[in-house]
Amino acid sequence: MITLQNISKWYGKEKTLAVDSVSLSIPKGELFGLIGPDGAGKTSIFRMLTTVLLPDGGSATVNGFDVVKDYHQIRNCVGYMPGKFSLYPDLSIEENLNFFATIFNTTVEENYDLIKDIYIQIEPFKKRRAGQLSGGMKQKLALCCALIHKPTVLFLDEPTTGVDPVSRKEFWEMLKRLKAQGITILVSTPYMDEATLCDRIALIQNGKILSVETPDKIRAAYPDPLFAIKSDNMSDLLKILRSHPLVKNSYAFGEFAHATFKNEFLQEKDLGELLRHENLTAVELKRTEATIEDCFIQLLSA
Amino acid sequence: MRTIRFLLQKEFRQIFRNKTILAMIIVMPTIQLIIMPLAADYEVKNINLAVIDNDRSPYSQQLISKITSSGYFKLRGFDASFNEAFKLIESDKADLILEIPAHFERNLIRENEQKLFIAVNAINGTKANLGGAYLATIIRNFNGELRTQLIIPPKFNPIPQIEIVSSNWYNTHLNYHIFMVPGILAILVTMIGGFLAALNIVKEKEAGTIEQINVSPIKKHHFILGKLIPFWVLGNVVFTIGLLVSYIIYGIAPVGNLFVLYGFIGAFLLAVLGFGLLISTYTETQQQAMFIMFFFMMIFILMGGLFTPIESMPLWAQWIAHLNPLSYLIQVMRMIILKGSGFRDILPHLGIVMLFALVLNTWALFNYKKTSA
Repeated sequence: MITLQNISKWYGKEKTLAVDSVSLSIPKGELFGLIGPDGAGKTSIFRMLTTVLLPDGGSATVNGFDVVKDYHQIRNCVGYMPGKFSLYPDLSIEENLNFFATIFNTTVEENYDLIKDIYIQIEPFKKRRAGQLSGGMKQKLALCCALIHKPTVLFLDEPTTGVDPVSRKEFWEMLKRLKAQGITILVSTPYMDEATLCDRIALIQNGKILSVETPDKIRAAYPDPLFAIKSDNMSDLLKILRSHPLVKNSYAFGEFAHATFKNEFLQEKDLGELLRHENLTAVELKRTEATIEDCFIQLLSA
Repeated sequence: MRTIRFLLQKEFRQIFRNKTILAMIIVMPTIQLIIMPLAADYEVKNINLAVIDNDRSPYSQQLISKITSSGYFKLRGFDASFNEAFKLIESDKADLILEIPAHFERNLIRENEQKLFIAVNAINGTKANLGGAYLATIIRNFNGELRTQLIIPPKFNPIPQIEIVSSNWYNTHLNYHIFMVPGILAILVTMIGGFLAALNIVKEKEAGTIEQINVSPIKKHHFILGKLIPFWVLGNVVFTIGLLVSYIIYGIAPVGNLFVLYGFIGAFLLAVLGFGLLISTYTETQQQAMFIMFFFMMIFILMGGLFTPIESMPLWAQWIAHLNPLSYLIQVMRMIILKGSGFRDILPHLGIVMLFALVLNTWALFNYKKTSA
């Protein structure tokens, strides 16, 4: 269980606000996602909750323990995987795991069942130095090390950044299994597609929380009809959309352009007509459901 | 205890896997102890001399051959005039000019007095000083020899004379190596211990591994001890290698008690490692730690009493030297190795070094924070 109440953090002489009065409440056993671009303040929140950074305002608790006063209890019951790979590159997989088990006053054998599923995937390479592992294997090892003392709360700061799509998918499968064991997980990611895999997400930008909801509700709350448009000349299409007086918001989205319009009663038929007037050919146009990314862009421009 | 044991195991593993560091720990004391004392010699040899002999008499010839056969001087020019000889000084080919005036022999015998002229190139102060002094000594000896030849001494010397006979204690032959080797060994131990300790915690900061340590319930003093003990052991290894090299190459065996020597080194290493750890808690990158350590090392080495005696420094510099742990080690090394001083003799030094160790390590422990503001 994690709670944050108006927690703030600023850095440097200019008092740059990194975290701006954030309040959140995450119940036990939830897989909660912090979604936001680089520099949004995700890592600062993680570091304050894991007691390695002191907040400048507000308060927070993890498992009911205060992050400032009861840091010692928190350090015993949380697992933290920093965004940057931070295990010893000159120690082997096995040695890293044993080392972290020891500094948490436990042994690998004692909690082996918790990491078994993950560890068997990297076990064939257990004599290999951590610095020589692939990105995906490094993440698995880091997760094992964060889990080895059987934490009840797990903090994962951008665990899938720089990991290939297959390993990313596997990683999220593992998180679901951990959640099933009752572990509360707070995970941050810059990838919007991963957001839908969380129970609830908080969209965060410039240290402020824009919205906290389940991914479905966030998508359902998208206010305008959204259209996906494609043409054989995408750059012209985007230019026209951007400058058209009827267009409210438009941006490239994969092989399509996504656009919302000021007149919400416009139908696909009318829009097709409208774009053909602009000498665009092979125009394909359809209503589409908003993704988390659309919601995020909408919240930022609002 | 289990935590400490694992911390030590981890540190030693990392050290033994870093082949460069390991090689430096073994090769550095060996090579440097072999090369430096042989090369860096205070005895000035090969002083370049230009002679202007205006007399060309048997006496002047004798004087010149006496000078050149001393082994300290190299005759670079035998010129007709001072101006010509001075060109050699200007082009850095000569360090000294000796001018023997005309009628040197005649005046010496007839008037019992003659003047010689020595010009010294003082750019290299040490060479000039020593060269001038050597030359003056040789001339004085020459003068003495002449006297015994020319004057038949009376039965009782009318003028009372003081004859000085000195005997050199602890280093009978004034062997330069015996004096330098323990000092250089002291510097090596300080450098290796200090740098290893200073760079280590910073390395964990740079790699981000300290973040993982900080979120763990590990005790601060366990962590610091886990860093201190491995380098303490390595420092002792370096010192032992150095002692063996000094014995094998220079035949220097400690006159004093080995236990006392190792006891002092043990306390000294704690002080130096504490200093290194302190620097590493203040810095963020290995580069910063390296430069700060260099700054202090230069002061420690140059003001440690190895190259210039502390007693001849100005008073303010002597105060700095008193705050320099290396100066105590150099003194004690010489005391025990050369003089055979006992535990009682080094007790004041030991006390000060232990105080250094206590203050620096406590400071490092307090300044290492698992939580940042």
